[in-house]
Amino acid sequence: MESLKREGVEVMFGYPGGQVLPLFDKIYDSDIRFILTRHEQAAAHAADGYARATGKPGVCIATSGPGATNLTTGIATAYMDSIPMIAITGQVKTSVIGNDAFQEADVTGITRPITKYNYLVKNVKDVARIVREAFHIASTGRPGPVLIDFPIDIQQQETEFIWPEEIDIRGYKPTYFGHPGQIKKAAKLITNAKRPIIYAGGGVITSGAYREVKELAERMNIPVTWTLMGIGGFPSAHSLSLGMLGMHGTAFANHAIMQADLIIAIGARFDDRVTGRLDVFAANAKIIHIDIDPSSISKNVGVEIPVVGDARNTLGQLLEELGKAIDTSDWLATIESWKKKYPMRYEEGGKLKPQYVIEQIYEATKGEAVIATEVGQNQMWAAQWYKYSHPRTFISSGGLGTMGYGFPAAMGAKVGCPERIVFDIAGDGSIQMNIQELATCVCNKINVKVAILNNGYLGMVRQWQELFYKKRYSHTCLSSPDFVKLAESYGALGIKVTKKDEVRPALDKAIETDNVVFIDFEVEPEENVYPMVPAGEAINNMIEGLA
Amino acid sequence: MKHTISAIVENKPGVLARIAGLFSARGYNIASLAVSETLDPSISYLTMVVSADDEKILEQIKKQLHKLIDIIKITDFTKKEHAERELILAKVHCPPKEKAKLEKVLAKYTARLIKHKEGLAIISAVGEQAEVKEILDDLSQFSIKELVRTGKLAISLD
Repeated sequence: MESLKREGVEVMFGYPGGQVLPLFDKIYDSDIRFILTRHEQAAAHAADGYARATGKPGVCIATSGPGATNLTTGIATAYMDSIPMIAITGQVKTSVIGNDAFQEADVTGITRPITKYNYLVKNVKDVARIVREAFHIASTGRPGPVLIDFPIDIQQQETEFIWPEEIDIRGYKPTYFGHPGQIKKAAKLITNAKRPIIYAGGGVITSGAYREVKELAERMNIPVTWTLMGIGGFPSAHSLSLGMLGMHGTAFANHAIMQADLIIAIGARFDDRVTGRLDVFAANAKIIHIDIDPSSISKNVGVEIPVVGDARNTLGQLLEELGKAIDTSDWLATIESWKKKYPMRYEEGGKLKPQYVIEQIYEATKGEAVIATEVGQNQMWAAQWYKYSHPRTFISSGGLGTMGYGFPAAMGAKVGCPERIVFDIAGDGSIQMNIQELATCVCNKINVKVAILNNGYLGMVRQWQELFYKKRYSHTCLSSPDFVKLAESYGALGIKVTKKDEVRPALDKAIETDNVVFIDFEVEPEENVYPMVPAGEAINNMIEGLA
Repeated sequence: MKHTISAIVENKPGVLARIAGLFSARGYNIASLAVSETLDPSISYLTMVVSADDEKILEQIKKQLHKLIDIIKITDFTKKEHAERELILAKVHCPPKEKAKLEKVLAKYTARLIKHKEGLAIISAVGEQAEVKEILDDLSQFSIKELVRTGKLAISLD
């Protein structure tokens, strides 16, 4: 506990159990805030949401066996999105490890491929060093979750507390500054570019490189597109902004990256949802790839100038090297014509439109809310229709695509940023995957607002079935409880909305209400997310969905 | 195409599992693997022979290995001055009257007869891959009953 306090831990999310009793006995006396979730998976997502919203590592705790395995979805989610997290699990006593004891699972074995590193504590004298190392590993370089598996007999032992001020892990030395030779080469390529584009990923958020990205874009007149993880790294309303690219990106962003002669990739990894068909992706572009993880460079796409380093430091070096603006006026004019030709739009009329609901959430919160999402259509609409202007305000499971993530992550974000309005944009499917956290939110007065875009379907899968499986809606139509009554039974406020003119008053009421609020928006059942690039197609080969 | 890589790693539990897990999770192929403690008991030395169809895959293998926190250093021997050897132990059929013949074959190589009893002999041999192959071809006249090999060991000159 002393080690956790030294690391500046303010809050932990978790669930007790037999093999963490000694630890919980210490938590009982500790001044670190503890939030009891109603499921261990939610504790992991809450720690993750806290980390994404604040930039500080999130901490979650569970017991051995099933407690620990329930954390794994949350750990894998954090791992895929490079989120700093510390997961502490109880373990059976060291003398029976390997004997199939009650509630025993090989947790370091299970979590090896989904953690940045993990520890099995075998000696109480190692605890302080392990905690120190775990926080260091989790929060530096390319961040990620670190798990500490803590046998009960070690928890019961006492030792003198010696805090290691310095740590040295000889196999772990991240590179923080770009190689000067590579920076020079990158600057030269930028100076000679005619159709450059900045492609910004989650690394911009992690390293806090937003000012540098903005300066690079503005000084050199380079348009900016971003990934799902990069949302908030560049202001959406900026004239150089192209919005998100990829499978559900804007058509103009996709056309722009396909026609570019230079891609400046910053903290992004050329994921398949971004590149589409690889062999035709940005065929005429040279690529500068800045990333702190060397293994992300040239993994999917070959690059001309690899630069290993922290995005913020490296961009700082690059900005020093770069001179005056380059002339990109023709290129920006072409992009402007694409923006006019292929604007983001949706069809009005019929039932309530989910896109309209998101636009209204943007209006009602003046763009200042923290938005968490579940996974599927709700996630894509939240990415497309809310105009983000600050980093760490969009919280979503990008890599793993975990349904049930949004609500507990919103809870964690609200704990980290109590002064902000925090919305979870959900679907009727995914909200039911961690709906028990209503109890946690109400009990702890974590006043998250949940906007359920209720279409009666597992919408994204249904959309694929409509487009690629001849509308054979195999098990994607689902029934839900009365969300208003459900919210009320937990002591939260429930509001039902079916019409357009009810949207704004409901949102205003939700924001004003000093309580957890569920708003059940009954939306157009078969509305699709457009534009869309079918899987495996070139990303400029988009389905617009509109006449 | 096969490549020989060495890794200097922390000598602690789970390190081999991390490396094996990395290879299976990312679909890389490992042809041989030899591990042992070094002069510094806190460090182990691994020699791996990996299959990679192109330079890009080899690069990824090296980068992914390097990313493991317990791996201190990766060396690729492809373009490095180095020495490599493999040790084999073989159990061969060898009636007493053929013992002299077997010894004559072994004398041509860095090989020796370790034990000989009731028509069976255990021999050891050390060499580079080509040499080991030659020994095995030569020994086939005695019919090999069982063969074990260490996999390649490699060390660089710099």
